[in-house]
Amino acid sequence: MRKFAAVLALMFNLGSAFALTPDELLKDPALEHRARELSAHLRCLVCQNQSIDDSDAPLAKDLRTLIREQLVAGKTDAEIMDFVVARYGEFVLLKPRLEGSTILLWGTPFAVLAIAAAALFLRRRRSGVSPEQPLTPAERQALERALE
Amino acid sequence: MIAEFGHFALILATGVALYQFLVPLVGAHRGDTALMRTGISAAVLQLALIAVSFVVLTHAYIVSDFSVQNVYENSHSAKPLIYKISGVWGNHEGSMLLWVLILAIYGGAVALFGRNLPLELRSRVLAIQGAIGLAFLLFIVLTSNPFQRLDPPPIEGNGLNPILQDPALAFHPPFLYAGYVGLSIAFAFAVAALIEGRVDAAWARWVRPWTLAAWMFLTIGIAMGSWWAYYELGWGGWWFWDPVENASFMPWLVSTALLHSAIVVEKRNALKIWTVLLSILAFSLSLMGTFLVRSGVLTSVHAFAVDPERGLFILIILCLFIGGSLALFAWRAPMLKAGGLFAPVSREGGLVLNNLLLCVACLAVFIGTLYPLALETFDGPKISVGPPFFNLTFGPIIMPLLLLVPVGPFLAWKRGDMAAVWRRLWKSLAVAVVIGLIVLAVNIRGPWLAPVGMAMAAWLVLGAIADLAARIGLFKVPLSSSWHRFTGLPRSAIGGILAHGGLGLMIAGIIAISLWKVEVIVALKTGESADVGAYTVTFLSETPLSGPNYTGRAGRFLVKEGDREITTLVSEKRNFQPSGMPTTEVGLLQTLLGDVYVVMGDETTDGARAMRMYYNPLVNFIWLGAFIMFCGGLLSLTDRRYRVGAPKRAISAQAVAAE
Repeated sequence: MRKFAAVLALMFNLGSAFALTPDELLKDPALEHRARELSAHLRCLVCQNQSIDDSDAPLAKDLRTLIREQLVAGKTDAEIMDFVVARYGEFVLLKPRLEGSTILLWGTPFAVLAIAAAALFLRRRRSGVSPEQPLTPAERQALERALE
Repeated sequence: MIAEFGHFALILATGVALYQFLVPLVGAHRGDTALMRTGISAAVLQLALIAVSFVVLTHAYIVSDFSVQNVYENSHSAKPLIYKISGVWGNHEGSMLLWVLILAIYGGAVALFGRNLPLELRSRVLAIQGAIGLAFLLFIVLTSNPFQRLDPPPIEGNGLNPILQDPALAFHPPFLYAGYVGLSIAFAFAVAALIEGRVDAAWARWVRPWTLAAWMFLTIGIAMGSWWAYYELGWGGWWFWDPVENASFMPWLVSTALLHSAIVVEKRNALKIWTVLLSILAFSLSLMGTFLVRSGVLTSVHAFAVDPERGLFILIILCLFIGGSLALFAWRAPMLKAGGLFAPVSREGGLVLNNLLLCVACLAVFIGTLYPLALETFDGPKISVGPPFFNLTFGPIIMPLLLLVPVGPFLAWKRGDMAAVWRRLWKSLAVAVVIGLIVLAVNIRGPWLAPVGMAMAAWLVLGAIADLAARIGLFKVPLSSSWHRFTGLPRSAIGGILAHGGLGLMIAGIIAISLWKVEVIVALKTGESADVGAYTVTFLSETPLSGPNYTGRAGRFLVKEGDREITTLVSEKRNFQPSGMPTTEVGLLQTLLGDVYVVMGDETTDGARAMRMYYNPLVNFIWLGAFIMFCGGLLSLTDRRYRVGAPKRAISAQAVAAE
């Protein structure tokens, strides 16, 4: 536990200072905007739960620089993502790709929603009755008289 | 000697918890009133013992008794008093002690104020509370003793993690735990109902105030945590979909569902089985949150193995309580009689939809949080699940719910009339759409979510206002009689309106900061300035800084709007003693319309300083909304019909009024 706390302190130590620095920014605002979008989808590999955009770790800085170099070289977003994944693995993606191993991750919430909605609907149909018969005119009159 | 006294009290409390678990349960089973009554004394005694233990540990912190290992590791004599006190729960052992203290407070409250509960139900609820207390007390006594001594005692302590030395975070854990643990009462009521095989309107009326209290504490606890993250971590973010945040958000989602389904049980005697299941799930998620945060399993499955003893212990507690209660549910739930038919379009139908969407939204968070762990456990690929995943799954599930929130309160019980709802709500909808169109016109190139989100926020707020207006007949009857009706409204009704309106404000804040945040990253020398939104920020000066347990640099910034000087902000970089850990203090100008947020970074090569500045529009609406939701809960809680112990009297009072 103490080791874990120490690791945690170290990570916060890295995180609490400064992330993206002014000298890293690209001159072209459109490219820089794309760089930020890409960064927000990439995980800092040595941090607990930070994108490289928020992280102060040297490795995150390397990755930010790498992305910007690729952007300046005219690569598309998809090419850059593929390049980063080829180099660091799927672990680097904050939005996991839809694959065999992640089908349950992406599918479960929506599948459960669909199944539950269908079950509710079918149960309603099967029971098939409107919850109660409406009042007959005579009953309604009796009710109104009673209420007056 | 004092510390040993606290340890001893804790061990005694464990024994009392065992008694509180077994004896009232046997008493209720045999119908033995004397045995059942002892459960009440046991709960009060347990509270007293744990309180003694907690006070002893707090005392050790206040006097900086470094012969106690826990104090040595987490405190420092130069720390301000408030952080010495908050240091008590700023660590594993102390936070578990706080957990059982709050559990004992709830147990004591049921024992002392539950006079209107049937004795059998009260005994069983106390017994379940006793069982939970026993499990966690054993955990503390056997694996996490906060009173462990050091010999020889060190001269000085290690200090508390400096980013935790903050007023909002000092009181974040007690509120969060009050929420987590409060759900144990709903859980205990659910298990007791399963043992008795009976759930009725009275049961729901007893459960609701406890759930409401837990929900309020969760709401304010989560809001405080997010507020802290916003100004302390210095990234300008307020929610990161971090597993630790998710661990507290899941019980919130399910307890919100529970709060709504308990209304159906109380008013219509329907959804009983479902409500019992939700009570079990809500507390199960609280336990899981405690496990996730406390076991270290979140960093990696392998971190869990660093300290397997504690992790395994909590895992066993988790399996016993969740597995046991779900097994009991599977066995006994079919005996609970379903009641109260209703049409699909009705208040009940709306609340079913509310529950469905809230639970599926919670499921999305659950899967996203635990999936990487599960894959790793089964030797699958290592993946990360971050904010983009949650935005894509949680977002679309919760959005239809937000659209339906204003409709629900206008639906009649049993069979609703959509035409009538439309007549009362079309104006609100029209205004919301117009607001959306204005946002679209101003922000034509912006993301599509901006107009939709703002229209939705407006719809929620206007819907809440329309609800109030309809209830008091605003402009339909003379103002004086509207006022009279207003004062006659049940407080729980106003509470609900406030909570829904607060939600709308919160959505407005979330949408605004997500889409219109202005970020400026720039290197400044003293005297230079940068434009941040409508403001100009000038770097005035930089001075050395020294505090009680830190040193650092302070930067001063002049904030101007056009030519008008608004204020001077100070942003600090601190180095804490004794750890040498650096933190940043954000310079923050808060206004209702938006914040100017200045973080001073490191020196760059040419002698300037790197600066990170934000304009965060409407960001305070997030916490304002949460606070209004909290107030709504508080107002409902003071409704005499739900006040603990009041139900019986209220029922007879209504009966008299009806005659």
